[in-house]
Amino acid sequence: MSPGKISEYIIESLIKLSGLIIVGFVILIFLFLFRDAVSLFGGYSPGAFLFGRNWLPISEPPQFGILPLLIGSVYVTAGAIIICVPLGVAAAMYIAEVAPKSLKHILKSLIEILASIPSVVLGFIGIVWLGPFLKNTFGLTTGMCGLTGSLLLAFMAMPTIISISEDALVSVPRTFKEAAYGLGATKWQMLWRVMLPSAASGIIAGIMLGIGRVIGETMVVMMVTGNAPVIPESILQPLRTLTATIAGEMGETVSGSEHYYALFAVGLALFIITFIINLIADISLQKARK
Amino acid sequence: MVNVNPQVIIQTINLNCFYGRMQALTNLNIEVYKNEILGIIGPANSGKTTFLRALNRLNYLNPTYSQKGAVIFDNQNADDIPDDMLRKRIGIIFALPQTLPTSIFQNVAYGPKVHGIKKKSELQGIVESALKKAYLWDEVKDRLDMPAPRLSGGQQQRLCIARTLAVEPEVILYDEPCSGLDPISTAKVEDAMGELKSDYTQILVTNNTKQAARVSDRTAFFLMGEMVEIGLTNTIFTTPQDKRTDDYVTGRFG
Ligand SMILES: Nc1ncnc2c1ncn2[C@@H]1O[C@H](COP(=O)(O)OP(=O)(O)OP(=O)(O)O)[C@@H](O)[C@H]1O
Ligand SMILES: [Mg+2]
Repeated sequence: MSPGKISEYIIESLIKLSGLIIVGFVILIFLFLFRDAVSLFGGYSPGAFLFGRNWLPISEPPQFGILPLLIGSVYVTAGAIIICVPLGVAAAMYIAEVAPKSLKHILKSLIEILASIPSVVLGFIGIVWLGPFLKNTFGLTTGMCGLTGSLLLAFMAMPTIISISEDALVSVPRTFKEAAYGLGATKWQMLWRVMLPSAASGIIAGIMLGIGRVIGETMVVMMVTGNAPVIPESILQPLRTLTATIAGEMGETVSGSEHYYALFAVGLALFIITFIINLIADISLQKARK
Repeated sequence: MVNVNPQVIIQTINLNCFYGRMQALTNLNIEVYKNEILGIIGPANSGKTTFLRALNRLNYLNPTYSQKGAVIFDNQNADDIPDDMLRKRIGIIFALPQTLPTSIFQNVAYGPKVHGIKKKSELQGIVESALKKAYLWDEVKDRLDMPAPRLSGGQQQRLCIARTLAVEPEVILYDEPCSGLDPISTAKVEDAMGELKSDYTQILVTNNTKQAARVSDRTAFFLMGEMVEIGLTNTIFTTPQDKRTDDYVTGRFG
């Protein structure tokens, strides 16, 4: 083999190896979660776990129904997505196509700064400002509720969505734009009917990354959503998410106890949910590319 | 071939075009007659594309662009017509076929949709007649849902013509529409142009002087941002008044 071939072979092997290591890690994490999670189901029925309406880990007997946590997560996440996706994509369109050059630079660096705010700081803002503000605006008993979490999470996901979508929009071939303008499209029609569809796969990728951040985020929701493990009737009520439950209770459990295993089961549920969401996203992305 | 008393549809008055400080067109005064095919020939960088895109203000997509003088379209200053209306009335075909990454049908339907036509049946009628006028219907009628970028280059270019026709312009600008096409596809595009003569005014920029000689009624010769000469195609190619035109059309430079 020539030296060139050998170095190529080495590089190729290294790339393969790192791919395998990552896959290995994912499998290990899953097995690890799975082992401790199933320990719960020796004495606790999976049905009661999945569909139980109460999460009361220290009552007698304890109840580990994750329905309230699941619904709490869905509320907060869905709320955040509904807020951040349209706003994020619209902001990306504005920056990519509408904003004058000077403003564009300012906005882009602002968004980078936004992205670097630690989530604890956002949680703090939620407690001292956003929570009380929502409480007064909607006349709530407490401002520590689902919506506060959704708003802050939306804020956290926005920079990712904006910058990735903007990249995707900017890289749409100039010819598509000219073709649309040449047919007499207005700027808005060009954006809506040509730019957006052409940049769709990149925008969806940005949205998925943003949503990933929303689903996995723990600190903010623990700080501002009120931590009430009850099934919320609306997003304006205190609630608790899957992630906040694990983070909040892990420190208080005895290793090897039923409660301890229940938290692993919650982790497993979270893992499976994110896995399914990613899978759906990948499939729809591939369809969109065709 | 040319009307005895031609009706002017486009006229430029002392048109000067700039990219930043670079002047691309100088004092252009040209008249375009209704229903003619006007050929524009000239070497690279002579300002042909700039002239075409000045007519429908596409140049302004470039933020450094500016122009002085006037473009008169249909007795109106083009600056006074909203961009989208102007571009609906003056369509353009680019050198490389700029199909959009959607189906054949959607490509042609794009323009009418933009201009407010929503009814599916109406769109189908428009798409069919536009594809027929562009000599493409027979080749694609069974696969209108196929992604347009999968068509051959020549088919894509005729698709672009159909797409432009679908918005019912009055003028069609062609910027070297056959530069990427084989002779047979080129002939088909030229046929389509001939067929469209009765309904449209057409301006054809081409690097291929023979093509101008074949299809255009009148021909203008551009050089370094100026129009050297304009006249009946036959005259330009046989007895031009300017020596530079003669040199160019006989292939001595350019
Ligand atoms: N976007 C632009 N920015 C700066 N200068 C430009 C731009 N487009 C064209 N020019 C310049 O303007 C002059 C005229 O260019 P134009 O494209 O109109 O020539 P052309 O006759 O169409 O040439 P070709 O036969 O190569 O297409 C050239 O000197 C060119 O470099
Ligand atoms: Mg050109």
